[in-house]
Amino acid sequence: MVITFSGVLTGILLTPVIGALIILLLKKEAKEQARIIAAMSTGIALLLALFVFFGYSVDEANAVNGDGGTYFAFEDHIKWVEAVGISWHLGVDGISAPMVLLTAIAGFTGVLISWGIEDRTREFMAFFLLLVAGVFGVFMAVDLFVLFFFYELAIFPMYFLIVIWGWVQTRQYAAMKLTLYILVGSVFALIGLLALYFKAGEATGVYSFDFVDLHAAAKAGVFDKPFSSAWSAATTAKLWFPIVFLGFGVLAGVWPFHNWSPDGHVAAPTAVSMIHAGVLMKLGAFAALRVGVQLMPEGARVHLPWIVLLTLINVVYGALIAMRQRDFKYVIGFSSVSHMGLVSMGFATMNVTGMTGAGLQMFSHGVMTALFFACVGMVYDRAHTRDIPSLGGFVQKMPWVAVAFIVGGLVSMGMPGLSGFVAEFPIFVGLWDGPNFDPSPSWLTGSFNYYGLIAVIAALGIIVTAAYVLRVVGQVFFGEFNAERFPHISAITIYDKVALAFLVFWLVLLGVYPRLMAPMIESGVRPIVAMLGG
Amino acid sequence: MDVNWFSADYLPWLIIAFPLLSFLLIVLVTNRHVVLSQTVALVGIGIAWLLSMLLFAKTVWLTDKELGHEVFGSQLDWLKLGPQTFRLGVLVDPLTAYMLLMVPLACLLIFIYSLGYMRGDPHNSRFFAYLSLFAGAMLTLVLADNLLLLFIGWEVMGFCSYSLIGFWFHKKSAMQAGVKAFMTTRVADVLMLVGIGYLFLEARTLNFRDILYNEEMLKMLVEKDAVIFGGSVAALVSVLLIIGTIGKSSQFPLHTWLPDAMEGPTPVSAMIHAATMVSAGVYLIVRVFPLLSAGADFHHFDYNTPMYLMGIVGSVTALGAAVLAVGQNDIKRILAYSTISQLGYMVAALGIGAWVAAAFHLVNHAFFKALLFMASGSVIHAMEHGEHHAHEHGHPHEHHEEPDGLVMDYCAPPNDVQRMGGLIHRLPVTAITMAIGGLSLAGFPLVTAGFWSKDEIIAEAWHGMSESPFPLFVLLMLITAAALTAFYTARMWFLTFWGRPRTPAAQYATPGSLRKQWVVWWNRRSWSKDYKLMQEPVSPRDRLSFGQMEFPLVVLAFLAITAGFIGMPADLVGKNPLHGFLAGTLLEYPPAIDFNFAPMLLSMVIALGGLGLGWWVYGRRPVQAGQPDPTQVALGPGIWATLQNRFYIDILYRRYLLQPVERFAERVVIQAIDRETIDGVLETIAETFTWLGEAFKRFNTVVIDGTVDGICAAIGNFAAWFRQVQTGRVQQYLLLVTLALLAISTLFLIQVR
Repeated sequence: MVITFSGVLTGILLTPVIGALIILLLKKEAKEQARIIAAMSTGIALLLALFVFFGYSVDEANAVNGDGGTYFAFEDHIKWVEAVGISWHLGVDGISAPMVLLTAIAGFTGVLISWGIEDRTREFMAFFLLLVAGVFGVFMAVDLFVLFFFYELAIFPMYFLIVIWGWVQTRQYAAMKLTLYILVGSVFALIGLLALYFKAGEATGVYSFDFVDLHAAAKAGVFDKPFSSAWSAATTAKLWFPIVFLGFGVLAGVWPFHNWSPDGHVAAPTAVSMIHAGVLMKLGAFAALRVGVQLMPEGARVHLPWIVLLTLINVVYGALIAMRQRDFKYVIGFSSVSHMGLVSMGFATMNVTGMTGAGLQMFSHGVMTALFFACVGMVYDRAHTRDIPSLGGFVQKMPWVAVAFIVGGLVSMGMPGLSGFVAEFPIFVGLWDGPNFDPSPSWLTGSFNYYGLIAVIAALGIIVTAAYVLRVVGQVFFGEFNAERFPHISAITIYDKVALAFLVFWLVLLGVYPRLMAPMIESGVRPIVAMLGG
Repeated sequence: MDVNWFSADYLPWLIIAFPLLSFLLIVLVTNRHVVLSQTVALVGIGIAWLLSMLLFAKTVWLTDKELGHEVFGSQLDWLKLGPQTFRLGVLVDPLTAYMLLMVPLACLLIFIYSLGYMRGDPHNSRFFAYLSLFAGAMLTLVLADNLLLLFIGWEVMGFCSYSLIGFWFHKKSAMQAGVKAFMTTRVADVLMLVGIGYLFLEARTLNFRDILYNEEMLKMLVEKDAVIFGGSVAALVSVLLIIGTIGKSSQFPLHTWLPDAMEGPTPVSAMIHAATMVSAGVYLIVRVFPLLSAGADFHHFDYNTPMYLMGIVGSVTALGAAVLAVGQNDIKRILAYSTISQLGYMVAALGIGAWVAAAFHLVNHAFFKALLFMASGSVIHAMEHGEHHAHEHGHPHEHHEEPDGLVMDYCAPPNDVQRMGGLIHRLPVTAITMAIGGLSLAGFPLVTAGFWSKDEIIAEAWHGMSESPFPLFVLLMLITAAALTAFYTARMWFLTFWGRPRTPAAQYATPGSLRKQWVVWWNRRSWSKDYKLMQEPVSPRDRLSFGQMEFPLVVLAFLAITAGFIGMPADLVGKNPLHGFLAGTLLEYPPAIDFNFAPMLLSMVIALGGLGLGWWVYGRRPVQAGQPDPTQVALGPGIWATLQNRFYIDILYRRYLLQPVERFAERVVIQAIDRETIDGVLETIAETFTWLGEAFKRFNTVVIDGTVDGICAAIGNFAAWFRQVQTGRVQQYLLLVTLALLAISTLFLIQVR
């Protein structure tokens, strides 16, 4: 067993944990210090994540993957629990490197935006840093046990963050709903993972949770054999794919398992909503891709053609509900349901274009929705209401927030020149193209373009997106300002401004210069598509 | 790479860059300094205009042979994805060069006009930032060498139009109009994007030269069957692209947003109606015409589906909007419908294959429509001042309730032509330049630009009339629309400028004129009694601001006449420079049709007839104050109301499209599916489990606990009862012992037996 240890990824993972520990050692009154330490630790993590992002070599990845290897950059690989084949194995591929950066961005801006939290600041920051660490861990884990470990670890501080600092009216309900949904989903996913673990172990004699080993087994066709001798048609991959994919899909908000997310988003404090919608939902999509599609391509080929229908429902359904919400934050909550549908939809195209689009959409939507929730939070903190019809004219009081929100809105409706277009256009092109192989049900092939039809319907969902964004912009930021109702609308702080500008910066940068990220994601997507048979 | 930014290949990038740079500068740096922002915007568009002229000159100097085959352009890779690369690039061919003649110039003049019009508005910086972005997006669209970059410009313009129409965002109607414009065009844009995506998948490129000037590619697209709806790939893509144009250029049935777009400041209307937005839609179909007409041999009157679609949509729009324009009182709305109608001409022209004529009319229309809009803006300005002055002169202030939100037949008082009259004495420059623009719009024979381009379209339709019913249909629709155009133009102009003022506001409308002498001279020769007011001192800033507003009018009036002379029929003047110039853009040199006097005569008669009727009704005996509008009387209240309500199309859309979607979202998606089904199922599950839990709890307490507790209790009870035996009385014990002995001895006795 080769032991490599570059330490960068472990460093990213440990920085927030250490930050949290230091904060817990502080005195109770040391609020400012807690904030500074939180900002510093997320800031260091951000710098390291940028280092990883720019240090990732696309050429090397393509070369290794092209030779049939499984490429991970910045690997940290040491033995851990050898008896059951668990190792401390971290690494990033083309898909997860942008996700690590996204987590760092959302974490750093999240701390800045939470600067005003006065209630138990110390505990808030510590929990928040643990949450960020958990999310980092999932994106960086190569060993699937480690992935699972951090997957659960991310959910635990989330519960407390919502229950203690959340919106008083629904926090109990929402936190419980969120936790139960995700735990139940992850239990199914865990069972699936264990099935793969034992099947691969039986076949190769090496019981290992390491993704590289399992991936090798998948390539060797271990999971394409019947799962049980009783039923020969059901191979391991075909049987377990939907369970694993949808089990993780719960966290990605796949319809009809989405209902935890709007409630959770709304009840959570601003920074947690940012992480929650911006990053946590991608965790589900990412894990579904890594454990589901990558290890069980045969299952993906069979099941994704119908799962794409669920994602289509996500897109249209989320947008329609968002259009009819009165609560500002629920609009954004359901918009996330709609946009995450596009991510899963991009996976379901099973070709390079569409899946790269999905990867871009994960990043773009993450930044965008973090921006949205930051804006909503700033308005709510000052207006103390989120009822859309009673707001209005806030552009006069909070021009920064209005501009940031409009930029986010333009991203969400796919305005060219911003990241949303760069992400959505490939998804639609990929969707129209369809998978590179013939999907197994025969009626999907032939002259009828099943995927093309879905592309058209989903594109119409984008119109609805424009409708709800414009409605919110029109009613919250434009229109008459009610000075009697809102006599004291204070200006936003410098921390808020920095956070907003930083988020907007990424949306514009990616929109104008997509080559920054697209080749990287493509290098991660290419081996997956190759396994899917393209 | 060796990049010489001033070579014609790279110059287009700079043309795009300067307005965009102004936008960024204003937003990031100068937004607090109005004058600085204005300067930045003006410099940006000014440089873009100069560079455009340079490029235009370069294109013109190429010989006919080089034109079209040697184009300027450069590209860069933007996004590489899987097997495909999306490239962005610029391209200058004769068509683009011709657009460059119009777009930056019109934009520059609108910018100058805005300096005066928007003076005093607190949000000037924002206004000029949007205008710069708007101009930059339009230039991007015009210079793009592929559909993707064109679409980027297209969408950015959509956003700009939304922001500018809703510029006065505290007005509810303005916000609604902005949203309406954005959403309507958005519907079309998404379908267009689907078309672009599909074209990309089939052709593997979006570059104009690779698709449009590549016979093999076009042949492949025509011969391949489309995935849905039957037909060929080319036809499906074409129809989707035309839908994009229908939205952007406000054609029936997506025309409803344009009249409401008048809620924006007037320079914005000029921008949208002339230089940018709606022209972009027509520019798109002019640009991709080889694709639209692929497979059709229209020189021999064989048309294909996209061409029929354009012909029918265009001519229906041209006539329908002309009819609506007759029935409007809002000066800007008359012009808005006239824009829709004129764009219909261009679309219909493409439908019958009159490609050069469509491009020709596009540019001419931009010039005279920019002129008309800015002139109407100056009229409205004057009317607003007039209302104010009338108040100062003792006339009571008229109170007008502004409706809350968009109302179909509401007409803001300063815009109402019925409340004007006699303004020629107050605004001579505006009146004369507007007359020139109006004549050009109506197609006044021989001396106006509008005549030559409209005539060319009608001549082409005439040419095919006897061969196929389709051009005949187009011809009939268009000449009817032309007659109405001349009539409503005359109506508008006479109602505004002719006769006596019909309200105090019109009477006191401030000339806002640069030169008092001009006005004095004019009035000495006229019967105006309001001479004294002219002597009112006009502040230097007012003078400047009106100067800024009238200068563009004069320039555009000049262009509204002369822009047509470059495209006169070759048989009449020896050479048609425009035809020869533009023809290089197409793969196949479009044959100029033989000159025929009949259609030209027809155009003349129609234009003069319409104008004459207008003069007969409104000019001969000007409408007096309190007198009803003769057209309104002649049409009767029913038809008039129908026109005022725009054929009730907006209401139909609201009732049968928007509301059902909202209801669907509300009732089906939220109520039925999300709340009742999904949450319902979950709640049912939860309730089932709760019930089950309750049952178990009961079972636990009653059965299990009952059993366990029962056993305990039974023992306890027995013990309690048995305890009573121990009473402490000796007699009882003795009795019990005796009884026990008896019982035992009896048992013994029985056993022994």
